[in-house]
Amino acid sequence: MTISRGAAVSNEAVAMPRKSRGPWALAFAKLKRNRAAMASLAIFLLILIACLSAPLYARWAGVDPFSSTLDAVIQIDGAEVPVMEQSTEGLGLGYTPLGPTWRLGNYFLGADSQGRDVMARLLYGGLNSLFIAGAATIFTLIFGTSAGLVAGYFGGVTDTILSRFLDVLWAFPIYLLAISLSIVMIAQGITIGPITIESGSLWLPVIIIGIVYVPYVARPIRGQVLSLRNSEFVLAAINLGVPGSRILWRDILPNITTTLIVFVPLMMALNMLTESALSFLSIGVQPPDASWGTIIQDGQALLYTRPIVALAPGIAIAISVMALNVFGDGLRDALDPRSKVQLGRD
Amino acid sequence: MIYAILRRFGQMLFVMFGISVIVFLIFFATPGSDPAARIAGRNASPEVLEAVRHNFGFDRPLYVQYGLMMKKIFVTGDLTSFVNRGWKVVPAVLDSIPVTLSLVFGAAVLWVVVSIVIGIVAAATRDSWVDKLLMALGLLGISMPVYWLGEVMNLMTQSRYHDTWLFSWVPPLGYKNFSDDPKGWFLTLVIPWITLAILYIGIYGRVLRAAIIESMQEDYIRTARAKGLSETRIMLRHALRTSLIAFVTLFGLDFGALVGGSALLTEVVFGLHGIGKLTYDALQNLDLPMIMATVMYASMFVVVANAVVDFIYILLDPRVRTS
Amino acid sequence: MMLSVRDLRVSFRTHEGLVRAIDGVSFDLNEGEILGVVGESGSGKTVSLLAVMGLITDPNAVIEGSIRYKERELVGLPAKELRRLRGNEIAMIFQDPMTALTPVYTIGWQIAEQIRAHKRVSKSQALERVEELLAEVNFPNPREAMSRYPHQLSGGMRQRAVIAMALSCNPALLVADEPTTALDVTVQAGILDLVRKLRTTHNSAVVFITHDMGVVSELADRVMVMYAGRVVERGSRTELFSAPQHPYTRALLGSIPPLTGEKPRRLPAIPGSPPSLLRLPEGCAFGPRCPVNYEPCRTGKPTLGDGGHAAACFRVQA
Repeated sequence: MTISRGAAVSNEAVAMPRKSRGPWALAFAKLKRNRAAMASLAIFLLILIACLSAPLYARWAGVDPFSSTLDAVIQIDGAEVPVMEQSTEGLGLGYTPLGPTWRLGNYFLGADSQGRDVMARLLYGGLNSLFIAGAATIFTLIFGTSAGLVAGYFGGVTDTILSRFLDVLWAFPIYLLAISLSIVMIAQGITIGPITIESGSLWLPVIIIGIVYVPYVARPIRGQVLSLRNSEFVLAAINLGVPGSRILWRDILPNITTTLIVFVPLMMALNMLTESALSFLSIGVQPPDASWGTIIQDGQALLYTRPIVALAPGIAIAISVMALNVFGDGLRDALDPRSKVQLGRD
Repeated sequence: MIYAILRRFGQMLFVMFGISVIVFLIFFATPGSDPAARIAGRNASPEVLEAVRHNFGFDRPLYVQYGLMMKKIFVTGDLTSFVNRGWKVVPAVLDSIPVTLSLVFGAAVLWVVVSIVIGIVAAATRDSWVDKLLMALGLLGISMPVYWLGEVMNLMTQSRYHDTWLFSWVPPLGYKNFSDDPKGWFLTLVIPWITLAILYIGIYGRVLRAAIIESMQEDYIRTARAKGLSETRIMLRHALRTSLIAFVTLFGLDFGALVGGSALLTEVVFGLHGIGKLTYDALQNLDLPMIMATVMYASMFVVVANAVVDFIYILLDPRVRTS
Repeated sequence: MMLSVRDLRVSFRTHEGLVRAIDGVSFDLNEGEILGVVGESGSGKTVSLLAVMGLITDPNAVIEGSIRYKERELVGLPAKELRRLRGNEIAMIFQDPMTALTPVYTIGWQIAEQIRAHKRVSKSQALERVEELLAEVNFPNPREAMSRYPHQLSGGMRQRAVIAMALSCNPALLVADEPTTALDVTVQAGILDLVRKLRTTHNSAVVFITHDMGVVSELADRVMVMYAGRVVERGSRTELFSAPQHPYTRALLGSIPPLTGEKPRRLPAIPGSPPSLLRLPEGCAFGPRCPVNYEPCRTGKPTLGDGGHAAACFRVQA
């Protein structure tokens, strides 16, 4: 007895004839319907614009956020207020920085232990945090994708060596790897061939954060490339004698772009947290430059007297990271709902 | 099963070796700098530099240097700090391990229990406001820097609300040995445990919810319903039980990240003298031998812990166990 | 009358509108009877029986009509009471044995779980019963099979385990949803034998869902043919096979390969495909694929008449 195919045509009972729109347009339409994701994107863009206008804000407020101004005196409602107040507690020897004035352009969030305008530093710091997170994301994607492509496409010994190396890097706790890399580089900078990176450069945290997450991108990409490599259309191209580089570029890369795009916001969220942690450990952004992490570290000493110094950058990080995560989730649902890309961990 | 365990064991040894080589290369073979100068610390005299050079074999081939370093860290344990003159590094690391373990295991218990509850509740009330609220809170937990959360906790429990009934029990920062003062040990660790757990509760609650919802779509859940089981039993014995496999896998991956990362930051914020705090202090002094030792020990511990979790995984999943 | 379904309607609210998966299905079932339900995928045969089992959990589903089991109305019955029937008096066997069992528990555990859910017995008593059941469904070594995990058994063996599970509480009604579709032809015969034996040993009534007319011809006492959420023809097996009335039934029968004689090179297929339930054609749902061109079919919806053998077709009724 056989199952007769004539009568057993399987058909989706509720399948709908759709207007033929490209997959990108469909994904974009789906993303646009996701209100939480769009709101998150808007919030993130607002933060980005605010941080980009840091120099404007500093000039408008007339403050220099990178040099200590312990003896500055500002005007509040006509009264003169010193930025550093003589402490009234204990022996009266210490100084307490000005608290938040809640007046934009006039020490809105108060001063830090150097008498610098916290609001201005927050914007400058955000600029650095966002730059590092973004640049490290690009770094990771470039190297992770290359490693994944090469390992997955060429297979054999190349794959074995690369994969083993990635396994080791994967098993290496992120912060310990970052600490090892930083301690070596931060003190003296690094010279690779013609490129020299100074010890205080912002590029150092970019490279360090970029390196530690390479396996997080390379491993899933390798898996995807591996299955594409064995798909009909690639095998056909190989049999037709299409050169490998062309197959990689024309057939395989376009097929992994959705995964890569989904990685971007999630990766960036992760990088922001990592950057802030490294800066907090004093192996990220180096003074006098600021990032949200270094401001939190500065604020640690003032935690019980002027908590706003540490609170504000933390809130900024939490909002940015959350916005990126929500947007990233929405992007994944729209582009690649079946993928298991999940980066939101520390 | 024996084969699977042996394989995993071999993999563990390979990864340990690989990590030790990477650490070695980073510290001793980074181009453009003199490792002896870094180890000896700032303002070292030429004699000290010379001694370091000889001691670590920098005048000999790389593999000899690697052997010497491994011997100093794991065999003889006679690596000394140059910043804190003559301080034996390895005993200091070993002394700090119980502190880190107390922090990590307590937090792990908390986060596993709470996130399972959250995952179940969210999956059971899928798409309701309870689910949405729990998931939003989870996302918030994931998005906060853990050390910052620790500071906020300190601000509330040590300063702002310390004198209220809510937090008056919180002892000053620091660590108490369990053997000396079990109650003090517990009380000092409660806030750090909660801080560390919040991040992971967010992640695990979300992952578990997704896994349970996925399981609930499976055919065997329909079978379980057809059997006439109660929804509670279906959720706990069928959907949750199969979802736990994914949960444990993730646990294995994150445990490492935790010990080597978030726990380090948490220790710093709460003044717990574990491996993380030791590393942090060494970072501030650029005490390279100490950093080398903490990085090496902590990563080895992480690799072993990951392997142990995988063994548990093998026991949990009959598909792996019986093949 | 053990089971009596009257004017059952199941619809799903979707983004694109209301989908009527089942539109006015009625049938009866006597004790010890085997009813074959035939139709293509999407014809509503599975959904209608899931409704009987109370297994439609989709919150967007709307179930109307009446399902009376032993004089008890099942539609609107509280979940707790329904659960007491399910697995106990009414059991179900699913299509794909590969996924129907929870992967992390042994066969024995899973069957015992069902027994213990309905009967007040000890664990060891339940396990004894499991062993009997596995022997009954022809496991060569029941005691050993009990400690097996699903992935360690072949598809046929798993389906036997699922059947053993369904039988564990001596159900009065067994719903089998394409239990042989996912299996090898050689294994199919064994499973069908088992279902047939059931009726004699347990005196259970069986609803056998399939898209395979061949299976129906071997097994069923009475047959119900479904198309686009409605019953298009019902009758006894002999009536239906010797004198099919509805053009759709005829087309289905035409697609069984003949058991004797020369095999045709190609089985005649029914042209076209089943309609989308969202866009049912005006008039008879089968109209666009029907080889018969008849004017009334374009406007009115034919209904199934009374009587043992009936077809929902204007041509036949005319």
